[in-house]
Amino acid sequence: MTRPLTKRSLLKAAGWASIAATAALVGCGKKDEAAPDAASAASTPEATASAAAAPAAPLNIAFAYVGPVGDAGWTYAHDQGRLAVEKEFGDKVKTSFVEKVPEGPDAERVLRDMVGQGNKLIFGTTFGYMEPMLKVAADHKDVKFEHGTGYKTAENMRTYDSRTYEGAYMAGVIAGGMTKSNTLGVVGSIPIPEVIRNINAFTLGAQSVNPKVKTKVVWINNWFDPPKETEGAQSLLNQGADVLFQNTDSSAVLQTAEKAGKYAFGWDSDMSKFGPKAHLGSAIINWAPYYIKATKDALAGTWTTGGVWWGVKEGAIDLVSVSDAVPADLKAKVDTIKAGLKDGSFVIWKGPIVGQDGKEVLAKDAVADDKFLGGINFYVKGVDGAVPSSK
Amino acid sequence: MSVFTPDSLALLLAATLNAGTVLGLAAMGLLINERSGVVNLGAEGLMLVAAIAGFATGVNTGSDTLAFLAGAAAGALLAAVFGVLVIWLNTNQYATGLALSLFGAGLSAFAGIRYTQEKLPERPNFAIPYLSDIPFVGPALFKQHPLVYLAIAFTAALAWFLYRSRAGLILRAVGESPESAHALGYPVRRIRLMAVMGGGALCGLAGAYLSVVYTPLWVEGMVAGKGWIALALTTFATWRPARVLLGAYLFGGVTMLQFQLQGQGIQIPSQLLTMLPYLATIVVLVLISRNPTWIRVNMPASLGKPFHPGS
Amino acid sequence: MFKLEARAQPSRLLMVGSPVIALLITVLVGSLLFVALGKNPVDGLRMFFYEPIKNVYSLTELTIKATPLVLIALGLAVCFRANLWNIGAEGQFVLGAICGGWVAMQATPDTGRWIVAAVLVAGMLGGMAWAGIVALLRDRFNASEILVSLMLVYVAEMLLSYLVYGPWKDPQGYNFPQTITFLDPARIPKIVSGFRMNIGVYIALAAVVAFTIFLSRTYAGFQLQVGGLAPAAARYAGFSSRRALWTGLLISGGMAGLAGALDAAGPQGQLTPFVPMGYGFAAIIVAFVGRLNPVGIVFSALLMSMFYIGGELAQSRLGLPKALTGVFQGLLLFCLLACDTFIHQRLRWVSK
Repeated sequence: MTRPLTKRSLLKAAGWASIAATAALVGCGKKDEAAPDAASAASTPEATASAAAAPAAPLNIAFAYVGPVGDAGWTYAHDQGRLAVEKEFGDKVKTSFVEKVPEGPDAERVLRDMVGQGNKLIFGTTFGYMEPMLKVAADHKDVKFEHGTGYKTAENMRTYDSRTYEGAYMAGVIAGGMTKSNTLGVVGSIPIPEVIRNINAFTLGAQSVNPKVKTKVVWINNWFDPPKETEGAQSLLNQGADVLFQNTDSSAVLQTAEKAGKYAFGWDSDMSKFGPKAHLGSAIINWAPYYIKATKDALAGTWTTGGVWWGVKEGAIDLVSVSDAVPADLKAKVDTIKAGLKDGSFVIWKGPIVGQDGKEVLAKDAVADDKFLGGINFYVKGVDGAVPSSK
Repeated sequence: MSVFTPDSLALLLAATLNAGTVLGLAAMGLLINERSGVVNLGAEGLMLVAAIAGFATGVNTGSDTLAFLAGAAAGALLAAVFGVLVIWLNTNQYATGLALSLFGAGLSAFAGIRYTQEKLPERPNFAIPYLSDIPFVGPALFKQHPLVYLAIAFTAALAWFLYRSRAGLILRAVGESPESAHALGYPVRRIRLMAVMGGGALCGLAGAYLSVVYTPLWVEGMVAGKGWIALALTTFATWRPARVLLGAYLFGGVTMLQFQLQGQGIQIPSQLLTMLPYLATIVVLVLISRNPTWIRVNMPASLGKPFHPGS
Repeated sequence: MFKLEARAQPSRLLMVGSPVIALLITVLVGSLLFVALGKNPVDGLRMFFYEPIKNVYSLTELTIKATPLVLIALGLAVCFRANLWNIGAEGQFVLGAICGGWVAMQATPDTGRWIVAAVLVAGMLGGMAWAGIVALLRDRFNASEILVSLMLVYVAEMLLSYLVYGPWKDPQGYNFPQTITFLDPARIPKIVSGFRMNIGVYIALAAVVAFTIFLSRTYAGFQLQVGGLAPAAARYAGFSSRRALWTGLLISGGMAGLAGALDAAGPQGQLTPFVPMGYGFAAIIVAFVGRLNPVGIVFSALLMSMFYIGGELAQSRLGLPKALTGVFQGLLLFCLLACDTFIHQRLRWVSK
């Protein structure tokens, strides 16, 4: 019975080999550990060769993204901001990012690891990082934390956000002018005030050129879920909407509209290539101006806590790639509004604004302040349906 | 306010047919598996790998047909690995299926990194001439992708195969009592492997349809649980092809219905609607299981049990 | 051609060696994948096998991931040994989080520390109740516990989603789907401040001891195993398969629920739609890789946790896709299952 024995000894040898291999690996690992800066510099995807040759140590900046960089939406826009920072500051900074960091306790580990890797300025690009960031910020007072779309701050943690409703309003103006069925559709993500505000702004914009429009809303309860977004978009089209808008992060809605021969807008970034015939314009967020400012603050030592909310005026919001299908006078109207937002002469949230029940929420000529806008929990007249579980 | 205009109802029907095709194809693949006695919990992983295989092929070749073939092939290949492990090495079917699920999810995400921003070439809108112009019925039923009709035809073919053909009889015999089939001289393990691979190919086709036609994008995890629903569906439909297809339309329609209701302002918590297919499956399971005769009639007896020739 | 034939005696070498071989193969394939992605395989392997254990902080992070896996897998081991396939541990985990979370939300700033115990007990009861449904349907109606428990996972997830989007939503939370952050008295106490490791580790270790005793030294444990291995013999000996059914499912449900409550009141600190982390499914793999043996489970849980954390690190440090974690985990299990077959059988070349 020689065969089983041979096999057994082979297996024994394999077992020893594996132990030896593991030991070798750990040994190699220890050696690499001795030169952590060189190793991490060589292995971060955005390693710039100039970093090693920089006279002063570059500022290490890290970005935590909730989605994939390739989502053509929210995360993509943030990453463009990061690239702008690299371009602006060259040798003085070294950026890195981690994508698809889940909201919740795993984020804390990633953030701590970023701190451990020597990053001194860390951006967290979604609401769900708020609590983990607070915890890590409390433990590392020498690191500056920037939290996007949140509301809690600390001595070394501040918030930033963009007035996405401005882009929504301008898109609404175009939608109101382009719709033939007078029914607009919005694919909503999660029913937080920001999204409801955007739905309202979209509707207000449309009503300013076409008082007869109605807006239908579906909620997919997620930021990014292309199959669900497709189904939601299809359902809106089935209910008579001929211009679609979205607050979700992929190009699925636009692509659905393209297939059906209807119109839609891009969101977060320029999505025109995903639906050449359907695309009316993209309401984009440009994070570059803020990211550059934050980096400047950190480099100059003038970083202080607080919170900013930037819009068209500061170059953070824009409506781009407006399609040639849009008539010239409508385009001109949008340009006027854009100019008005830039110099502060145009105000979107100026009364009278009426809620769904017909009652005035904002009196004539009254201007809403940021606090009012921050807690919007109602639909304006013209939006169908009820805000999901509003309390 | 009328909740359902005839137009929107027609479109809802059309969307349901579309959504149900994915589930139906996958569930029928699982049905073939389970009829031979093998439970494949890795359906989700199979569909994901097939989805990226199909999408990548579509992007690189521009051909839908090739994409579907690629998806089916990918599904069959992975299913073959599963089959060899489970049928010849007699590994635990549930654990192996779960491993396949995890592995498939990881592999697909991995392979799909380069394809996240890609898009497929424009495809024509399908419509059967003349028939699609009939009011209501036309837009509801006759503007679908050919695969939708193929799925319906396939259901009929599968039913015929299972209940009226000799090969189908053998398959069912293997599922009911592999020992007897073996005693009669049938190559039980080979038959099971063919069933597993065939089922895998169907799951693969469903996955490819998802990424090439239904939502022509690639995104990690885009199957989003449809593989698990297909598993539930096979049981819910008591392993009969026609019931599987109807059940698929039912399950597929729930999401679209929910959006329709939302758009009309009717507020049923979406989670309740999403729960329904699963609760319904449990109810059916209870109903068919309580009577031992019913269970014998309805469920392949050797489901999940390993087969040892010569035992 | 090759033929599989049964061994006279199970190969003892393989019983120990098979996980090692499986790991080796996984490492090999992993290295090939790293090379295919253009990264240094040593760096990649370092992320998975060295970084997660290299210092105290990493080890504490490892325990946070490993603790729920150990707890759930222990319960599942009992179930699987009795030939009961509880695939729905994930749903029981979620129910544990919901029930434990509810108790935690009742705390006021003045509540005593006893509430932590209440949270954990509530979690256990929640998980047991959810598994109890499975047991009931199997007992009364003969419904397959695999399919019922799997369906209940989704029902549980939808229930959680409904609660955090609706009645339990934090009124100060800007309408985000999350509950209030649990107040301090209700949070699971940490062992050493500055690290996230909490008393869950002690609970897990105690559970390992308890389960070892239960399975190998008590009569009940013995009955359970015989019931699974040879149901006819068990019946003849008077071991109730019904008792095994309920014991197995309630224990595994309770453990999963305990893990859920620990996770919700520990690292998470609130209930969100992100509570289900896939631990329930991963624990199935942990149980298998650990050979359904309590001590083995500890090692396999640590290994799986290394894969999780390694995947994260590989992404943040090397830019490798996080999907690798799933690939490794699945591959490990595949190889293990394949190697395991050679414990009881051997390959023989037979010339026809």
